Amino acid sequence: MNLAPFIDGSYGITVLFLAGVGALTFARYRRAVRRLRAVETR
Amino acid sequence: MNEDVLIAGRIGKTGSWLHRFANPGRFLRLVRPVLPWLAILSLIITVTGVVWGYAFAPADWQQGDASRIMYVHVPAAWVSMAGYAALAVCSFFSIIWRHPLADLAAEEIGPIGAGFTFVCLVSGSLWGKPEWGAYWVWDARLTSVLILFFLYLGHIALIRAFDNPTHGHRAAAILALVGAINLPIIVFSVQWWNTLHQGNSISFTGGSKIYITMLYPLILSSLGFYLCFVTMVCARICAAIMERRTRSLLLAAAERGA
Repeated sequence: MNLAPFIDGSYGITVLFLAGVGALTFARYRRAVRRLRAVETR
Repeated sequence: MNEDVLIAGRIGKTGSWLHRFANPGRFLRLVRPVLPWLAILSLIITVTGVVWGYAFAPADWQQGDASRIMYVHVPAAWVSMAGYAALAVCSFFSIIWRHPLADLAAEEIGPIGAGFTFVCLVSGSLWGKPEWGAYWVWDARLTSVLILFFLYLGHIALIRAFDNPTHGHRAAAILALVGAINLPIIVFSVQWWNTLHQGNSISFTGGSKIYITMLYPLILSSLGFYLCFVTMVCARICAAIMERRTRSLLLAAAERGA
């Protein structure tokens, strides 16, 4: 049995999840910092 | 519960240190400077652990290269359970002391924990096909982890289901505490029932059944996943605190203008 699709699939879903959630979290954090700064300096 | 006691020569309440750190503003001041370093550290350790497991760790004599799935499956499983334990602790603090930070933490832990549980289920399923001949079996370990995933989803839905956020936090906290009974069931399922899922290979009290050439990348990958979880949850809590502060400042400005 060719195991590569199973191994690559497992690692693929993991990397996608970590990178995706990491990027979304970073974007939300940056947006929150920017908005708060804008409101505080208004 | 909050009796007067002598703390560092001054009269204070029992658990006052806990209440001091439960302040969202203090949390923001403490965590924000550490966050970039935590993110870099978690990235380095996770990438090292995952690449080590994928490319350099030896293949298992029986399972062959399919054992490499362990380096993402096991850490994801551990983090999903630890995440739910953290959710239950936050829910406990929320119900007993009504800490606003505990509510915020519970709200932000839910989606991340559900994601790790999803990764655990998918990677386990992809390991099951070549090893067991089936993507899924209604085994005690698999079923209890699936229930954990549904508990996370229920918590995410319930916390946002009420117009009054306080009601949502309270209802979700009760669900999280009741659902915590699932954690020992997951851990001991391989001992209590005759399961297809293998028993515990790693023991912190000695007697691990895994050789160090496979244990080290697994430990590194697990540490990286734990750090990723902590970093993402802390960043989301900080973002949530700042979003609330922005909202209240805008509201105050609007009231002044009215």
